[in-house]
Amino acid sequence: MSTATATSRIPHRVKLNLQAIVGRAYPRVIGANREPSWIFFEAILPLLGIAAYVFIYKALATRALGVILTPTPSAPYGMCGPNPCVDAAQQALFQANSIANTNALIATVVLGGAMVAFWLNVLWSMASQLYWEKEIGNLQLYMMAPMSRMALLGGMAIGGMFMTSVRAITTLVVGILVFTVTLQLGNPLLLLGVFFVTLIALYGMGMMLASLYLLWGREAFNLSALLEEPIFFSSGFYFPVGGFARFGTVGGAMLAFATAIPATLGLDAMRQIIVPGSPSLPIPIPWSQGAYLTPDLEFGLLLVLAVMFLFLARYTLAYLEKLARREGRLTSRHQ
Amino acid sequence: MDFAIETKDLLRIFKPSRKLFKRKNPNGNGAPEGPVTALENVTTQIREGELFGLLGPNGAGKTTLIKILCTLLLPTAGHAYVAGYDVAKDPFPIREKINMVSGGETSGYGLLTTRENIWMFSQFYGVPSKVAKARIDELFKTFGLWDKRDAKVRTLSSGQRQKMNMVRGFVTDPEILFLDEPTLGLDVNASRVIRDYVMGWVRRQKGKTILLTTHYMMEADEMCDRIAIIDHGRILACDTPENLRRGIRKDTTFRLEVDTLKSTSMFTGMRGVKNFSAKNDIANNTTSLTFILEDESPVSDILSSIQSQGSKIHYLQKSEPTLEDVFISMVGRGLE
Repeated sequence: MSTATATSRIPHRVKLNLQAIVGRAYPRVIGANREPSWIFFEAILPLLGIAAYVFIYKALATRALGVILTPTPSAPYGMCGPNPCVDAAQQALFQANSIANTNALIATVVLGGAMVAFWLNVLWSMASQLYWEKEIGNLQLYMMAPMSRMALLGGMAIGGMFMTSVRAITTLVVGILVFTVTLQLGNPLLLLGVFFVTLIALYGMGMMLASLYLLWGREAFNLSALLEEPIFFSSGFYFPVGGFARFGTVGGAMLAFATAIPATLGLDAMRQIIVPGSPSLPIPIPWSQGAYLTPDLEFGLLLVLAVMFLFLARYTLAYLEKLARREGRLTSRHQ
Repeated sequence: MDFAIETKDLLRIFKPSRKLFKRKNPNGNGAPEGPVTALENVTTQIREGELFGLLGPNGAGKTTLIKILCTLLLPTAGHAYVAGYDVAKDPFPIREKINMVSGGETSGYGLLTTRENIWMFSQFYGVPSKVAKARIDELFKTFGLWDKRDAKVRTLSSGQRQKMNMVRGFVTDPEILFLDEPTLGLDVNASRVIRDYVMGWVRRQKGKTILLTTHYMMEADEMCDRIAIIDHGRILACDTPENLRRGIRKDTTFRLEVDTLKSTSMFTGMRGVKNFSAKNDIANNTTSLTFILEDESPVSDILSSIQSQGSKIHYLQKSEPTLEDVFISMVGRGLE
């Protein structure tokens, strides 16, 4: 079968929308190569943020190791938790656990630091994007074009994913090398699956937010700034988010909120896969005492979130277009 | 008869946005903003293959009409059909057949080259990549942008940018093209290149239609097969430029240049004066006046009024009506 025949069999609208996705992704893909300064600003600078957490965790680990390894008259084999170690074997076990925990924490930070790039991209280049497009006069040209509006957002998302993946991988690789993180790839397929579904869910969320920003916000950058640090904190970009479970109802509520953000589940699942044996996230609902979110379960939840956000994105975008046509105040720069 | 564009009793009212704290009227009278009627009972038919002009002052409703026809805006009442499809019910088939270029547009992305930018927009219309690239090269040569084909969009001057916008409009080879003041702010040569191409594009190919809005009377006169004069959302007249001029030929047109007048209110309602426009030239300290008169009898009253302000008359000329005179006759003021 010739290429021409194959192409002609592709339904017209599918072909149009695929072309539109490629077209809209292009500026982002090409932009990654055209501004080499990003290597410094967006791959190297985040390492400074990561370094701050790594040094804190290392300092805490040194203190913990000191307690384990320093003999005292009442604890000749050092302290194993709140009690003295009973023998050298227990001391060695606690020492090994402490080193493993520190490695797990640093791995979490490096992974979180890499994933921060995606969250920032979702906020600043997805959620805020339609607002900027309106400001520079592109939005009405997009709305006038025959492509599906989801193709427009899809192109933005795919371009953003590509661009940010390059940056995130750079941060990850440099972070692993600089901070000598030991990773174990027990289930690479699940890791890849979780990573991609996390990205789809995150960018689906960004696609939904893009329409909402345009509806609500005259100043999109304020909304983006508002969603930066609180999400870094609640999604556990720099620490295992399961720690919230220690803070009773408030912690549980925080955890429940955080799990609605795909980054939380994605990060936790990836952390569990690359650092086997690290603790799982407790399920943040009251009647699930003792149950934990395993990577498989988190993968399933991420799939649900991805579908839900894509559906909501489509719905909000259709609503936005309806409103734009009815009120004429959304697509023009000065209205 | 096939109409490329048809509107029937089109009405568009902009309601103020519903907000918790209502904005005060910008004119400062403290009353809340009320609804604005941008278009009122607009009925018009534009034939396939026609270059149709829409002339009107700022706020007349030109852009609102174009936005409705481009499926960006819904009419409040009435109907509009583009390429036979209802703009309210069937926007997608319309979008495949149209394109729009506005004057002073800043679309695209600064880090892309001009070619990449146009190619990107062509993909939103499903133009095959190879075809798009060949068209872009051809159009760049036509519009004198060939040297800038690999320049980044952010490095273009406003004239070059507008030429690039025109290429964006033509690259999808639309059946119907909307041009909203496409030569706004361009130099004479750039405007000439655009005007020639636009006229050639419609005449050369069968079935191509253009709806053009412009502030430049000469441009409308030279380019358009028919012109509609629009003001306050209503179409006041619609005909060929020649017929429009013929319509006021029985009137008398006088042009004067005088020392700057303090007031022109005395001409309003003056017996025999159908309409007039006044334009001050601050640099030369003069006022240019155009009068549409029923006959020559009011001329002496006009001159007396000017002289009573102590203003000197530099010249007085009786002339054949131009499209601008038609406009003044109908709207009661000039475009600028």
